[in-house]
Amino acid sequence: MKGKLLSFVLVLLVVLAGCSSGAGVEEKTEIDFWFPVAVGGDVANIVDGIVDDFEKENPNIKVNAKYGGSYAETMTQVMASTQGGNPPELAVLFSIDLFTLLENDLIEEVTPLFEEDFLNDFYVGFMANSSIGDKVYSLPFQRSTIVLYYNKDAFKEAGLDPEAPPENWDQLVEYGKKLTKNGGKDQWGLEIPSTGYQYWMFQALALQTEDNIMSEDGKEVYFDAPYAKEAMDFWLSLGKEHKIMPEGVIEWATVPSDFLSGKTAMMYHTTGNLTNVKNNADFDFGVSFLPSNNQYGSPTGGGNIYLFKDLPEANKKAAIKFMKFLTEPERVAQWSIDTGYVATRESAYETDLLKKYVEEFPAALVAREQLEYADSELATYQNGEVQKIFNDHIQSILTGQSPVDEGLKKAQEKAVEVLKPFQ
Amino acid sequence: MTAKRRKFSSGKRSNLFAYGLLFPSFIFLTMFTFYPTLKSIQLSFYSGPMTRLQFSGLDQYKEVLADEIFRKVILNNILFMLGTVPTSLLLAMYLAIWLNKRMAGSSLLRTSFFYPTIIPLIAVANIWLFIYTPQYGLLDNFLHLFGAGDTNWLGNPNTVMIAMIVMIIWKDAGFYMIFYLAGLQNLPRDVYEAAEIEGAKPFQMFRHITFPLLMPTTLFVMIVAITNSFKNVDHLYIMTKGGPDNASNLLLYHIYEAAFTNWDLGKAAVLTVVLIVIMLGITAFNYLYLDRKIHY
Repeated sequence: MKGKLLSFVLVLLVVLAGCSSGAGVEEKTEIDFWFPVAVGGDVANIVDGIVDDFEKENPNIKVNAKYGGSYAETMTQVMASTQGGNPPELAVLFSIDLFTLLENDLIEEVTPLFEEDFLNDFYVGFMANSSIGDKVYSLPFQRSTIVLYYNKDAFKEAGLDPEAPPENWDQLVEYGKKLTKNGGKDQWGLEIPSTGYQYWMFQALALQTEDNIMSEDGKEVYFDAPYAKEAMDFWLSLGKEHKIMPEGVIEWATVPSDFLSGKTAMMYHTTGNLTNVKNNADFDFGVSFLPSNNQYGSPTGGGNIYLFKDLPEANKKAAIKFMKFLTEPERVAQWSIDTGYVATRESAYETDLLKKYVEEFPAALVAREQLEYADSELATYQNGEVQKIFNDHIQSILTGQSPVDEGLKKAQEKAVEVLKPFQ
Repeated sequence: MTAKRRKFSSGKRSNLFAYGLLFPSFIFLTMFTFYPTLKSIQLSFYSGPMTRLQFSGLDQYKEVLADEIFRKVILNNILFMLGTVPTSLLLAMYLAIWLNKRMAGSSLLRTSFFYPTIIPLIAVANIWLFIYTPQYGLLDNFLHLFGAGDTNWLGNPNTVMIAMIVMIIWKDAGFYMIFYLAGLQNLPRDVYEAAEIEGAKPFQMFRHITFPLLMPTTLFVMIVAITNSFKNVDHLYIMTKGGPDNASNLLLYHIYEAAFTNWDLGKAAVLTVVLIVIMLGITAFNYLYLDRKIHY
């Protein structure tokens, strides 16, 4: 039995080997392209389409699109294949994984590979997470910011003007109180998610108050700065004091479902969810800037295209070609329409495609306009660990386990400890 | 001694045959158990970024053992074990004794208690996520009938562990019940007949006959349950990511976090060594100590 199986496998291998060597008349350059699909819309099909178009234009290049699940899973797969001595040519990973990838010496600096005009066409707000100083390490691809989604029908019902969403924190609370029905049993005024990406939501509140919570070189954090405390106090008060939001921790993934089912009248969420909300909301909804405290503000988020190191010359050339192809204005525009992510290049908004779409659906412009006030997402060396420290303490504050001052101070102390080797 | 040797030589051929049969399993064990274990132990003495690991000796062990989160996770895991193991064992035993009687619908009931076992833990996590959802989840809806308010079961550090424990008991009790059913089928009838003639009450029968005779099954199931309480972490990925503030974090998930979100392979290896030591300790205690106390 075993012998039979073995010989069968051998025969199969021989046949396969014959196929692969017989079919390729000319040498094809093969590049691997990793991609997270568990984010916004039906992206796997769209990527397949892009790859087909690219291969038609470049018959001597073969792109193997490999799909990971979430960003985190894709990162895991990329790191694992790198460890196994088989790094991919390209991967779309979190823009904030930059320091981790640099620490492990895996990625190529792309500044010398592209013309300056091309790089300058990307929004400055997105380039912040893509570069260190004047060295660019990755190209913005599917990038987001946080926006306020609000239910216009609920606004009308509460006697609010559906065309005037809250502009500042005071209004947010005031409207929230009007929108909260029956102590939240029938409808909450607002939901800000506090699992998974609570550090990101916190950044928005801190930026609206004064400033970001880390240094640009990824070596320092300011979790217990006075403006950070003010931001945290406000977040905590929404549930505890004003009772316009559920208390405790609110699950990232259920917030959009709550919004779509009318459980909450407003939500803070990523623009990456825009197309999902647009397709599934059976009520009139609006999108606006996040309400300001002293100023407008939101962190950027999402993924970039990274080019990996130590590739054979032909593969590197092919990979750069594909990077250019992926970021062509038309394609960036289409991507934005299909997913809801912000188009990463200014010229994409000049295309007829996006111009027309924006006319029909002005909400798609909100995120781009908010970019003016946007800043980088939390990215540091040892990013995973620093993020977890901060995330844990935000939850501990929101669940009433520790007071604001103490929680932020502890988070700061632990993060400083982790970042010590990089000073 | 000489007798033994003679025995060996005469049985040499059949021994060889036995080893030959064991060999395939041995290959797999080596590839997927022995080698990774040794590799983890080796890796645990190194620290730093993945591509540039530095030898750090025992420093990393000191660091991990002094780590606040590590202690919390170990404590959580012990709580999780104490919460799930005895309850699911007793429940499984109770169900098995009840369903061992010949009565109408007993196979239907057996099936319905067993079915949670078949569902993958990830699916179970999604089902229970809906049960625990505040306001419109099943549980809150049910409690509303009694005038209770909304509870954020998974978002509150005081309730999240209980919520997880209840879910795992629901999932595993039916599985252990099957073992007890098998154990009950093998019990000798005559002992019970004797007890009946003596006029023993049902509880006395359970206390003095059924329970002691089921001990071998209990031992086996207990080992499975305890190792499960260290192995079952898939649900955390779906439900809480170990939160809020590590209130539901368990050792194996903590290892996953260290390795695949922080890329701290050295620390993950240290934690793995800790896990291996705990597992070996539990198994050794069971087989070397408890095993001797049991009447087979």
